[in-house]
Amino acid sequence: MKTIYYIIVKEFLQLRRDRRMFGLSFMAPVIQLMLLGYAATTDIKDIPVLVYDQDRTSRSREFINQFVNSGYFVVEEEAHSLNEIDRSIEDGHVWMALVIPTDFSNDLLALRQTKVQLLADGSDANSANISIGYALQIINTYSRSIVAEILKRSPQLQQPARVTPEIRVWYNPELKSRNFMVPGVLAMVLMIITTTLTSLAIVKEKEIGTLEQLMVTPIKPYQLIVGKLLPFVIIGGLDVVLVILVARFWFDVPLRGSVTLLLALSGLFVLTTLGLGLFVSTISKTQQQAMMTAQFFFFMPFLYLSGFAFPIENMPRVIQYLTYLIPLRYFIVIIRGVFLKGVGIAELWPQAIPLWIFGLAILTLSVLRFRKRLG
Amino acid sequence: MIVKRIRPVVIKEFRQIRRDPRSLIVLLVFPGLLVLFIGYALNFDVKHISFAAFDQDKTSTSREFIRSFSNTEYFDFNYSVESYREVDALLDEGKALIAIVIPTNFSKNLLGGRDAAIQLLVDGANSNTATTAISYASAIIQTYSTKLASKVLARSGREVYLPIDFRPKIWYNPELLTAKFLVPGLIGFLLMLSAVISTSLSVVKEKERGTMEQIMVSPLHTIEVTLGKTLSYLILALLASALVLVVGFLFFDISIRGSLFWLYTGILIFLLGALGQGLLISTIAQTQQVAFMISVFSSLLPALLLSGFVFPIRSMPIVLQVISNLMPAKFFLVVLRSVILKGAGLSAFWDQLVFMAVFAAGMITISSMRLLRKAE
Repeated sequence: MKTIYYIIVKEFLQLRRDRRMFGLSFMAPVIQLMLLGYAATTDIKDIPVLVYDQDRTSRSREFINQFVNSGYFVVEEEAHSLNEIDRSIEDGHVWMALVIPTDFSNDLLALRQTKVQLLADGSDANSANISIGYALQIINTYSRSIVAEILKRSPQLQQPARVTPEIRVWYNPELKSRNFMVPGVLAMVLMIITTTLTSLAIVKEKEIGTLEQLMVTPIKPYQLIVGKLLPFVIIGGLDVVLVILVARFWFDVPLRGSVTLLLALSGLFVLTTLGLGLFVSTISKTQQQAMMTAQFFFFMPFLYLSGFAFPIENMPRVIQYLTYLIPLRYFIVIIRGVFLKGVGIAELWPQAIPLWIFGLAILTLSVLRFRKRLG
Repeated sequence: MIVKRIRPVVIKEFRQIRRDPRSLIVLLVFPGLLVLFIGYALNFDVKHISFAAFDQDKTSTSREFIRSFSNTEYFDFNYSVESYREVDALLDEGKALIAIVIPTNFSKNLLGGRDAAIQLLVDGANSNTATTAISYASAIIQTYSTKLASKVLARSGREVYLPIDFRPKIWYNPELLTAKFLVPGLIGFLLMLSAVISTSLSVVKEKERGTMEQIMVSPLHTIEVTLGKTLSYLILALLASALVLVVGFLFFDISIRGSLFWLYTGILIFLLGALGQGLLISTIAQTQQVAFMISVFSSLLPALLLSGFVFPIRSMPIVLQVISNLMPAKFFLVVLRSVILKGAGLSAFWDQLVFMAVFAAGMITISSMRLLRKAE
């Protein structure tokens, strides 16, 4: 026990001596969270549109106002020719152009169908998709109000019935992407900090040659491993608490489930990340190699395949099966479940068990590999 | 003259890179793989949304209504439930994203010419997917209502009248493929990676190992050494970006619509800035760990988050929008998308090029000043 304690103390002394690194291991999570919390938003609002109103009547202005009043669109410019539309979309000044034909109001008065054209810049596919959806809803609503007007004028007609949806959004009623992203960032930060710090701390000793010095001391391999890993468990734990506090009190992300459960399951996830860190350290000779390996062979696939930003359901089948091999996938479901849905272990055990199995397997394998190298 | 002196440094650097196959993979093969991967796997498109139906009406009308959802490729009818409790459980476990609740009097109301209310319960946790799902569902419901109206009108001998016909026409990426949107941005991201990180690490590595001092006592000037190192990574980065373009063209049919000359002018200006930034970091950091962290925070994360690569800048808070104007990656991305996707000419992005040039000049000046001062 005492030996392990001394190794831990040594590890912390080393960390403290490298002031910048020490600061980074606490500053980095907060900066990452701030950046992602504010920047990683897929909310679309203030869509810049250009209007080419060839009709110029009160009717056409009323129609345009539907867009402005919706809060989704901002009329940036008024065009006077089709050429102007081309240029504005090409320059990226506007995302969309609305073209109202000359006989817009005449058609509507005569109960003829009128054709409105909507040009969209599809280069940002996601934003374009959502913007078109909004436009579609606005135009349909307006269409319906015109039909209602006509029907009111001819009372002999029966009013057609409609299906009126009452939409209720659960867990995230304002549909803020921040509520979706921030819990995911917690998982990511935990992974990056614990894995990188662990692998670097070990490889650094290898690089400097002090690992051999440690090996000739009476320290037993398991003591060395535990002593090396525990400091990063502690730092990781502190980071988790820090990030939860920022998420809850700065970003106002609802934390509906139990904090204890969240911390306990984070502990399960840390098994995996420490195991990975150790594994990376066994296959890397230099710190540069270790960082590159961790970054590109683990973090990147983990990020993309875990459902952190890109929904797994949208991936091709084969890749969907692949995602079951990514431990982060389970933890992301857990963390979002606890934060947003407030679910407990009853709903989360199907995630917790694979996470636990992965964690144990990876950690055991890496420890064995590491011991063989020491021996 | 200077070329002759730098050449050995470049050769030495390439030998070192070759000796470490893993970094070579990261620098050259990885970009191509990432494009393939991002192109195939990453998709914001929302299709096959799993939905549950709680049909309290159980009539042919209500079943027809549910079919109007399951007949589209957007919704998959996976669960038919009998209670709100089951709905809760399905949403909680994430098995269904949307639940449609149809009340008992649904068909009676519709047949009687009254509006029928239904409930759509949506899992909003992923706001992006939820927003799209809601807009699809609304559109389906509106179409259904229009069909009902047309039946009523047909009975009274009138045609259905849809006052406004709406035709969206989508430019540049008509199928709205996420891949087309992401791949050009990926070039910016990858260049940041190889330029800033590799440059700063390779210089700091020599510092850390003490080999920098050995080089400094050699007849080569520090500036020449750094220039040689920078040049090596410049070559690698250019190769990587060409690879990304080739893979994008072969697999995702992303052809460069604009001028190749301006594309590479943009890439070169951007790279000079990135290399300058990498050098600047190498003059600040003493260890590779620190160099790596600073690189990630000053280049990689902004290139990922503040450039408009994935997330639209317009939706960010004003403060971040202002900060994003300091990031060359943002301007580079406009150039990339303008040239590759839109085929736009210089008039659409000259201002972006000017900014990138200013940034590059600034970075190179500051870092070489710092280098010179250290060398004294």
